Amino acid sequence: MQFDTPATSNPIDQLKVVGKPIHRIDGELKTTGRAMYAYEWYDPAVRYAYGYPVGAAIAKGHVIFIDSAAAKTAPGVLGVVTTLDVGDLEKGKLNTAKLFGGSEIQHYHQAIAVVVAETFEQACAAAALIKVEYAAEKGAFDLRAEMTHARTPDPSTEPDSSAGDFQAAFDTAAVTLDAEYSTPDQSHSMMEPHASIAAWDGDKVTVWTSSQMIDWWRTDLATTLGIDKEHVHLMSPFIGGGFGGKLFLRADAVLAALAAKAIGRPVKVALPRPMIPNNTTHRPATIQRIRIGAEHDGKITAIAHESWSGDLPGGGPETAVMQTRLLYAGENRMTAMKLATLDLPEGNAMRAPGEAPGLMALEIAIDEMSEKLGIDPIEFRIKNDTQVDPENPERPFSHRDLVGCLTLGAEKFGWAERARPGARRQGNWLVGIGVAAAFRNNLVMPSGARVKLDRDGVVTVETDMTDIGTGSYTIIAQTAAEMMGVGMDKVAVQLGDSRFPVSAGSGGQFGANSATSGVYAACVKLREAVSSKLGFNSADVVFENGDVRSGNRIVPLAEAAGEDGLVGEDTMEWGDLTKTHQQSTFGAHFVEVGVDIATGETRIRRMLAVCAAGRILNPITARSQVIGAMTMGAGGALSEELAVDTRHGFFVNHDLAGYEVPVHADIPHQEVIFMDETDPYSSPMKAKGVGELGLCGVSAAIANAIYNATGVRVRHYPITLDKLIGDLPDVA
Amino acid sequence: MKAFSYERASTVEGAAKAAAQTPNAKFIAGGTNLLDLMKLEIETPSHLIDVNGLGLDTIEKTAEGGIRIGALVRNTDLAADNSVRRDYGLLSRALVAGASGQLRNRATTAGNLLQRTRCPYFYDSNQPCNKRQPGTGCSAIGGVTRQLGVVGVSDACIATHPSDMAVAMRALDAVIETIKPDGAKRAIPIADFHRLPGDTPHIETALDHGELITSVVLPAPIGGKHIYRKTRDRASYAFALVSVAAVIQADGRGKVAVGGVAPKPWRAEAAEDELRKGAHALASALLADARPTQQNDFKISLTERTLSAVLAEARG
Repeated sequence: MQFDTPATSNPIDQLKVVGKPIHRIDGELKTTGRAMYAYEWYDPAVRYAYGYPVGAAIAKGHVIFIDSAAAKTAPGVLGVVTTLDVGDLEKGKLNTAKLFGGSEIQHYHQAIAVVVAETFEQACAAAALIKVEYAAEKGAFDLRAEMTHARTPDPSTEPDSSAGDFQAAFDTAAVTLDAEYSTPDQSHSMMEPHASIAAWDGDKVTVWTSSQMIDWWRTDLATTLGIDKEHVHLMSPFIGGGFGGKLFLRADAVLAALAAKAIGRPVKVALPRPMIPNNTTHRPATIQRIRIGAEHDGKITAIAHESWSGDLPGGGPETAVMQTRLLYAGENRMTAMKLATLDLPEGNAMRAPGEAPGLMALEIAIDEMSEKLGIDPIEFRIKNDTQVDPENPERPFSHRDLVGCLTLGAEKFGWAERARPGARRQGNWLVGIGVAAAFRNNLVMPSGARVKLDRDGVVTVETDMTDIGTGSYTIIAQTAAEMMGVGMDKVAVQLGDSRFPVSAGSGGQFGANSATSGVYAACVKLREAVSSKLGFNSADVVFENGDVRSGNRIVPLAEAAGEDGLVGEDTMEWGDLTKTHQQSTFGAHFVEVGVDIATGETRIRRMLAVCAAGRILNPITARSQVIGAMTMGAGGALSEELAVDTRHGFFVNHDLAGYEVPVHADIPHQEVIFMDETDPYSSPMKAKGVGELGLCGVSAAIANAIYNATGVRVRHYPITLDKLIGDLPDVA
Repeated sequence: MKAFSYERASTVEGAAKAAAQTPNAKFIAGGTNLLDLMKLEIETPSHLIDVNGLGLDTIEKTAEGGIRIGALVRNTDLAADNSVRRDYGLLSRALVAGASGQLRNRATTAGNLLQRTRCPYFYDSNQPCNKRQPGTGCSAIGGVTRQLGVVGVSDACIATHPSDMAVAMRALDAVIETIKPDGAKRAIPIADFHRLPGDTPHIETALDHGELITSVVLPAPIGGKHIYRKTRDRASYAFALVSVAAVIQADGRGKVAVGGVAPKPWRAEAAEDELRKGAHALASALLADARPTQQNDFKISLTERTLSAVLAEARG
């Protein structure tokens, strides 16, 4: 099905099932431990062997020699596969850094060997016996030091944009801001480590893994192994979080496949937690410069956003300027990105790539600018709202209610009670509130599904869509139930298997809208098949209560299916609506913090997100996405930073003790409000993404709240106490 | 993890003796730190002597009016003990500020004293570390040092001791009781228990090989206000950037130990003469010999500010 005209009314609009607060249908499997994650796949008839990976101890250079003699003769060891043994392997199309094979080391903890043994402990012990000789080379590890060597990245990343004459307008603006901000490298830090089990049957391999994108992994694994894609069977039905860290093929799958081939038995490989931050991808650090010029009345006349980031050769920039092209009006504008070569691990997508770090800077700048103008920051944002793409005013937003989010949020949160910076004190706490706009583009991806109707009237959906904890199982079941007119108890959902139709996968907050649209398309096909079999005119047929009705004829679905059942399969494809209309999601984040007047410790007291993201398919799972994202934003504001050793080129705090994500005690009451809206330009579901929107702007709202509490403006994340105490009142 | 042999000791004498017989043996109690280190092969004992069956899990009154805490009393039980909460509130507060509920349920009194630094370079066996591999050098110096020590450090090591409990015990003048493999017993004041790194950062305590901690004795209660203040980046499950353990009397005198800044719980009895002059004077005396790095220089003012908050709380 091609979606190229705005949706009119369709069966989803009944909202008998879609839009209802239904608990996740896989919840019981997960809470009872019966949902099998990648490393847990278990067939009693199979003797699994355990692979333990070895990571490079240098950041750049070559492996000269690997002495695995002692490891090979260690107790229980079945084999050792080294990067020199396998030689150069073709790199997956979507990988920047190679995962394994050959002598070149591109980053710290790059996989250089896997030791396979009868038990995990034996493999781990033998891995420590491997001795490696390196020829280390000097690398570039410090973004700030490399800024001057940074270049304009590939044109496909749209590194530069402009409209009007920024410089002239900025030079003559009544009020201006010119400030620099920075965001650190961040780690996805999902709960489930990257893990795979590989089993060969002749020249075919089955891999149970933890992947957000089944087809991307399948394609790149086949490329890396040098085998036909049809010979790779990938399964990833349950995933313990990804956040972008599992978008692209990772080393665990490659190592498991090569090790299983080498020893002739199925092999399990999980990346040890301390290896994950340097072995896998991360969100790259940015340095950003923002300039804003405005009239005294608060109208923005000039806005510029520049961002510097780094990556390995062949990599791309962190697209931190993208939201600035669309979020606020202003006739004269420019954005620019510069990319430095860094020999750190591969920088790549992490939840809301671009917008998350971009808004961390932009939404502080807006707060600063509103203060300079003496205008309330909400009023300032409303004054500069735009209903059209500011770079191309011919192009409207499909639906944009940033103003509604800000206004409703201000009322619910008690914004009117905001005091001037540093003026509100409760005991030892300086208390402040902050706001930031949330913005994330709504992406769509082609998405296929197969829907089967059997003789018992059960509807089974098959798609390679993944559920990374987001609720895909549930919203897909809701979609099929709505379309086929059955209850949730008559729907089964099978996900994450490369034998199923290729879906959007999970990423870029495109999963929910795209994948349910694919299911919608397949259900339309199935409805046609049912109608056709019964000789009904599909235009006036009604599916409800488990029956199919046309005029006064009513046939139970089970009967319509017959002994052999019926199948509908289709892929939702997307036309030009994303080009003719800018599709984005909007929101407003409100935060109250307390800052300890003595120690500078910041503790969040209240959080509110108001989101405008089209139709909300399930308010429970959508809320879970948003509060999880708000939690991630709290970490980004206050504690998360991969600390770079700029001498040796690696992230030093490479475990969950050193890389501090928020814990329960850090997160207070969180409230989420969804605007009641639909966006017919987005899809037949009229829904948009929400999983990343919830993160966008949160950290800046916290930064602005800290400023309101203390009067201290910190522009460099994370906002740890050492950046505050020098400017806090004397307490001696 | 390296393969190891394992035995369960049934008497304290037997445990100490068994340890003396195997050069590379270690005691294991809660295992909350040792197991982590073994998985990373930072600790590689060839033999483990499980001391969990030795009893040593009671808290008793001493003839001097204090308490004797068995080495195996779990952190959770110690923090919840009525006599501790009543007479040594500082200790209870320090304990619950540390780790997580699950870890405290398992971690023991003696094990807490013996936990090792969380310096990230100590934890990464690719990096040189004088504490992990004597003589290889310190890779932390000149690297990422925000969490590391500012005082009592040396050119060989700038790691901190991570415990909260030990900081409170230092302020409370605890005494550590041990038994040696030959059956000899001794009592070590906590001030002498942890060693400064000097040229030998791998030697962290006064314990001899095979010497087993049997109990920790606290002197009779001294009254006063008991305050433990832990300053950290996140609200729970984080090591202290700076922590202050203080017992402040009504006349303004008191005892103060500081955590998060040194290779051992940091206290200078002489500095306590400055207490009544305020946080600045006290911090200046405590950290007179500080050698911070550019990244952890903030710990100097943070110590003063945390002390200031503690003294204000004591007055309030």
